[in-house]
Amino acid sequence: MAADPGARILREGRIVIVGASLAGLRAAETLRAEGFAGELTLIGDEPYEPYDRPPLSKSVLLGMASPIHTELPHRREIAARWRLGVPAAGLDLAAGRVRLADGDEVEYDRLLIATGVRARPWPNEEEARLDGVCVLRTRDDAADLYRRLKAGPGRVFVIGGGFAGSEIASACRGMGLPVTVAERAGAPLVGALGGVVAAVAADLQLENGVDLRTHVTVTGLEGDAAGRVRAVHLSDESTVEADVVVVSLGSLRNTEWLTGSGLGAGPRGIACDAGCRAFDVRGIVTDDVFVAGDVARSPHPLFGYQFLSLEHWGNAVAQAETAAHNMVCASADRRPHLWMPAFWSSMFGVSIKSVGVPPMGDQVMVTQGSLAERRFVAVYGHQGRIVAAVSFDNTRWLEFYARQIERGAPFPVEFPTMDRRPEGRRPVPAAFPDPSLPTHGATVTLTGYSPADRQLVFHPARP
Amino acid sequence: MTEASLVSRITDFASRADPYPLYEELRRTPVLHEGGDGPYVISSYYDIKALFHDPRISSDTITLAAAGRDPLDEQEETGGLPLSFLRTDPPQHDRLRRIANSGFGPPHRPRRIDGLRGVMAETVTGLIDGFGDARRIDLVDRFAHPFPVTVICRLLGVPREDEPEFRTWVDPLVASLDPGTRQSADDAFLKSLHQSRTALGAYLAGLAEQRTAQPQDDLLSDLVRRDGPDGSMAMMEVLSTAVLLLIAGHETTVNLITNGMLTLLRHPDVLERLRREPELSVNLVEELLRYEPPVQIVSQRTCIADVEVRGVTIPKGSRIWLMVAAGNRDPERFKDPERFDPDREDIQHLGFGSGIHSCFGAPMARLETQIALTELARRMENPRLVEDPPPYRPNAVLRGPRHLEVAFDGLR
Repeated sequence: MAADPGARILREGRIVIVGASLAGLRAAETLRAEGFAGELTLIGDEPYEPYDRPPLSKSVLLGMASPIHTELPHRREIAARWRLGVPAAGLDLAAGRVRLADGDEVEYDRLLIATGVRARPWPNEEEARLDGVCVLRTRDDAADLYRRLKAGPGRVFVIGGGFAGSEIASACRGMGLPVTVAERAGAPLVGALGGVVAAVAADLQLENGVDLRTHVTVTGLEGDAAGRVRAVHLSDESTVEADVVVVSLGSLRNTEWLTGSGLGAGPRGIACDAGCRAFDVRGIVTDDVFVAGDVARSPHPLFGYQFLSLEHWGNAVAQAETAAHNMVCASADRRPHLWMPAFWSSMFGVSIKSVGVPPMGDQVMVTQGSLAERRFVAVYGHQGRIVAAVSFDNTRWLEFYARQIERGAPFPVEFPTMDRRPEGRRPVPAAFPDPSLPTHGATVTLTGYSPADRQLVFHPARP
Repeated sequence: MTEASLVSRITDFASRADPYPLYEELRRTPVLHEGGDGPYVISSYYDIKALFHDPRISSDTITLAAAGRDPLDEQEETGGLPLSFLRTDPPQHDRLRRIANSGFGPPHRPRRIDGLRGVMAETVTGLIDGFGDARRIDLVDRFAHPFPVTVICRLLGVPREDEPEFRTWVDPLVASLDPGTRQSADDAFLKSLHQSRTALGAYLAGLAEQRTAQPQDDLLSDLVRRDGPDGSMAMMEVLSTAVLLLIAGHETTVNLITNGMLTLLRHPDVLERLRREPELSVNLVEELLRYEPPVQIVSQRTCIADVEVRGVTIPKGSRIWLMVAAGNRDPERFKDPERFDPDREDIQHLGFGSGIHSCFGAPMARLETQIALTELARRMENPRLVEDPPPYRPNAVLRGPRHLEVAFDGLR
């Protein structure tokens, strides 16, 4: 039998990881843990060692943690060559070469792309340059925003009521600062959690003294003579004076450096197969280019094989580990990335957690607790199956719902649970602004526990 | 005569010193039901973990009573107090536990437990100094038993001068938890038990009233505060919470420390390492909670719906036993599970349970045991077991030695 290339790569290959954040670091560690003895290079555009981002919008803004001390703990020695502070600028697929912005080139036998996302900037460049207009993605952003909040601005204006925007608003209230949140939809978090649960988030903001403006967009930012932002103009023709404006309009995927490379990369990320191998523009899967983390789009068997982009901390870790394994193992030993989507947030003293894919749900029911008390578990259903669950201050139950999603358990939830209230007996429309279209196909059940022995069991769809 | 059932062999006192071979046998039938209204016994790690997080599994005493008699005959000494959060379901459970936690840990009292470090170290030092010139001691009576009560007194806010009297009420209550003591209890014991309970209740009520008027930096003051989002506990709830912390935090900690020293004496190389590397104590206690958990069986559970586990349907209303000590040595989860190995990576045990009822006092028990074992290892010269196995208490749930005779050459 011919030797599998995996064995040679493992022994003496050259591996390059572009992106030195959570996914990049965890992949590097996994490679070494798998016995990779070759040359490892990590390329990162920021001049810092990999650091953790979730604290940047929470404890860092409250001054409880320093933005320069959120480095990620290393699980093991990775003996890598670090190229920090230099972004990758191009990729030559045929030659197996990454070009850096400083003109350097690094050759690889296996490449992992984990370039992640960046904050979407304010579209009007002139307004975006005003002093006091910020974004929050990096630790430099966090240090800058913290400094501005600490200075005690008259008002902070947050554009966008997603998770990041809501967390920033929460930090502002925690520091006693007046804050306005503008959200184009009817409530904060509505895109991620749907209207029913988002109404609770809206109440939470109002009760905590946030000046919440919904169904509005920001039409312009106004500066003073010194170039400092002083006011925000809204589509309802109102004006709000503010000294700090945080643009929290989601993210852009860092794929521009791959333009023209022949890889299937674009504004929606880089498409890859369940084994984390990138597709090229022809839709043919590559053998030596892998993707992990926020920049990846991969098909998920539990959710109709839709390509999911998951900007989740846990996904970055799990996908990096799977990608790294698959980069150096024999082809027969490759594993699929079958991570259960999950994320958490905390705002206004409430801990929010989600498993599955809430926006896939067209109906929702509260199976434990109550929306009015803001302590509950809401379960989302789609085509007779549970596809997601979201908890407010009820985190410990979500593991159960994750298993229900894996098993393709039926929706509506018929069985009794502790603390089931009358309001939770019947499903209601989940009220997402743009409901997902139904898909038809086989249902898939995940079985097994350790990543090594997860198997897919196919149950043909009933006619 | 047919062979005795596996459940009765596990609860049989003869297997107390080493139930682990029976747990291994048990895991061959991960969902065991030996008929009638007997419990459904769950013994694999992942199944136990899943059921701890299952909202169809109730811990409510009233639901439980409907499930019929429990062969373990565990009984909670409520003494007329309302049910503690250990024995209730959400939402009552959540409210009580939240209020209790507001006086115990983050976010409201992040330094409460760490603040007890000094008391713990001082108490441990005093108890070890108290061994004096002895060259052989019973570690249970001389060390593991007295230690946790002092810590709980400081936590609650019982003044030092009241502690000796406080102990005279607590000791019979703790003793009454043991099925052996209960079976042999005579009228005199029952009378003293009743008196202790009444006296303890009256004492705590008085202390709580005092703390309502003049709050101090202690847990009791936080339990009676009235400004939290959940309001305050009713006086009877304060008392039942205080008694719960006393009882649940006592015997389990005694057993954890005693099991710990027993395990170390059986692994002298690890004992020696702990003496030289006190920082080993953190992982060591975690591995101990896996290897010899002080609560072996979580038996106070019923299901309020049919629940399927590994293809077996457990009918609604059934009693369920979660065999955490068996799950902790499940080879499906742990490599080389029968080996005590503080260097083990990824120690995630069921020793403190999981889910909403996971051990409330866990951070305190961890710190107490870390300090106790580190100091015993550091100060006792050449300690060795006098008797192996030591004599055990009858209790199959809160399993631990009744005595642990340790011989040593002196104190350092």
